[in-house]
Amino acid sequence: MNIIYTDNNATTKVADEVLEEMLPYFGELYGNPSSMHTFGDKVGKKLKQARQRVADFINADPDEIIFTSCGTESDNAAIFSAINAYPEKKHIITSNVEHPAINNLYKHLEKTQGYAVTYVPVDKKGRLNLALLYSSMSDNTAIASFMWANNETGVLFPIADIAKKAREKGILFHTDAVQAAGKLPIDVKANGVDMLSLSGHKIHAPKGIGVLYVKKGFKFSSFLIGGHQEKGRRGGTENTASIIGLGKACELAQKNLPVMNTRVRELRDYLQNQLLEKIPSCSVNGDLEQRLPNTVSIGFDAVEGESILLMLDREGICASSGSACTSGSLDPSHVLMAMEVPFKSAHGSIRFSLSHYNTKDEMDRIITALVPVIQKLRDMSPFWKDGRVV
Amino acid sequence: MWDYTDAVKDHFLKPRNVGELEGANAIGETGSLNCGDALKLYLKVNKNERILDASFMTFGCASAVASSSALTEIIKGMTLDEASKVTNDDISDYLGGLPKEKMHCSVMGQSALKKAIANFRGVQILEKPGEMVCECFDVTDLEIIDAVKANDLKTTEDVTNYLKAGGGCGKCLERIEQVIESVKAKG
Repeated sequence: MNIIYTDNNATTKVADEVLEEMLPYFGELYGNPSSMHTFGDKVGKKLKQARQRVADFINADPDEIIFTSCGTESDNAAIFSAINAYPEKKHIITSNVEHPAINNLYKHLEKTQGYAVTYVPVDKKGRLNLALLYSSMSDNTAIASFMWANNETGVLFPIADIAKKAREKGILFHTDAVQAAGKLPIDVKANGVDMLSLSGHKIHAPKGIGVLYVKKGFKFSSFLIGGHQEKGRRGGTENTASIIGLGKACELAQKNLPVMNTRVRELRDYLQNQLLEKIPSCSVNGDLEQRLPNTVSIGFDAVEGESILLMLDREGICASSGSACTSGSLDPSHVLMAMEVPFKSAHGSIRFSLSHYNTKDEMDRIITALVPVIQKLRDMSPFWKDGRVV
Repeated sequence: MWDYTDAVKDHFLKPRNVGELEGANAIGETGSLNCGDALKLYLKVNKNERILDASFMTFGCASAVASSSALTEIIKGMTLDEASKVTNDDISDYLGGLPKEKMHCSVMGQSALKKAIANFRGVQILEKPGEMVCECFDVTDLEIIDAVKANDLKTTEDVTNYLKAGGGCGKCLERIEQVIESVKAKG
């Protein structure tokens, strides 16, 4: 069975060009980039090129790029570094729809280190309450951290505006750009961010490689203490093949940005509009305009997400849900709850996240498969009768 | 992905006895849209209290559908007295087991069955005794104590898996922990 992969916010296919670029560094080119011989230096030179490619992708200087093991490490390193830089400041600002890499870290800091955290709420469309955000900024704030794009809904936060306000107040600003990268232009200078996290496997590089951008001048403290690698900012021998792969992936992502914002956006809109038209009682979660071009989260009333996913799985369709039953917890996703999405559709919310590898034919196959799946589940739902929610 | 048995998958994809039951004279409902799963059980019971037919309507995940389907298969042909002895473990066993995080799906089956039997017999299910612990899922301390004792539950997570208690807003998690501790203390 042909797989239709529309779960690209979870992870992406490693691009063929990326894999090809990496392969020699798993094989004959195994040298250590720090070594004092030409054999190792060959890898060192390639690493330098990769660092330049990543820097170009976000308009940074190569020295401002720190390679990490994943987006979560980047987020943790950024936050710990900020609180180490300002140990007297015991306040942190974030949103209530962040990824667990930020959210759970803050919960940990609240519990173990006495930090006060302001979780700025979002409205029904997933947009931040900016007035509350700005009024919560104080002299005691160590860092403000906001995701650039939400993983579940694709809703975008106004990063440049928040970063500007933070700078005016002398507050460090970090953004988790893991979902935004490869889908929107990322320019650290134009947006005025101090730190930014990226993850390789969301942009067609392999898993196990991440990036933390740290603006020049900030006194960064290592999260992983060890050797001189990454200019002493992150110990551990470099994950050479993955870094090289990520460099290539950044180059490709830059090239594909126009495709993402034309063809992929059109495919997403087509899928979304066809589902809204063909299936009664369903609605899109989040702001329709300020949203990633590849993501749609759509809630189907009176049915449950896991059941939908497992039936789609039978057709080879990969998507994900914001529903409870896919994780251990029983509540719908904290993102949909924060947006006050009604329970009747929150439990039946499915996220489709596309890539440039998707085709119109695949969208048609999803639509054809999903219509009867929802019907079948509604036929057995006690909350659905005579074509409507009861 | 959940490690569902073939029986769970089979009962999910080809559920038995789905839909409203014509001539049903006993109905038991449990769960709600808010909880994320709900079951409406229909029984057709004769004068001798034998279950002639059973059907269900379920909103929920694969194991909720499979548990409902299994329940109807188990109880068909039983007397109400026999059916009243069916436990959530019987439902889980019938399906070759459920992941522990999904045990509450089988508990939901048992609870709907109890309500349907009470409905047939015209018995009012009295206000639950005990102190309310989990407001989200309507679970009392006595229910938690029973579940902890019967299934040797050790953590709040175990309790959530069985009763859903604590799986909503999470405000009662500390209280659940106290209840578990009190059971342990009493041995």
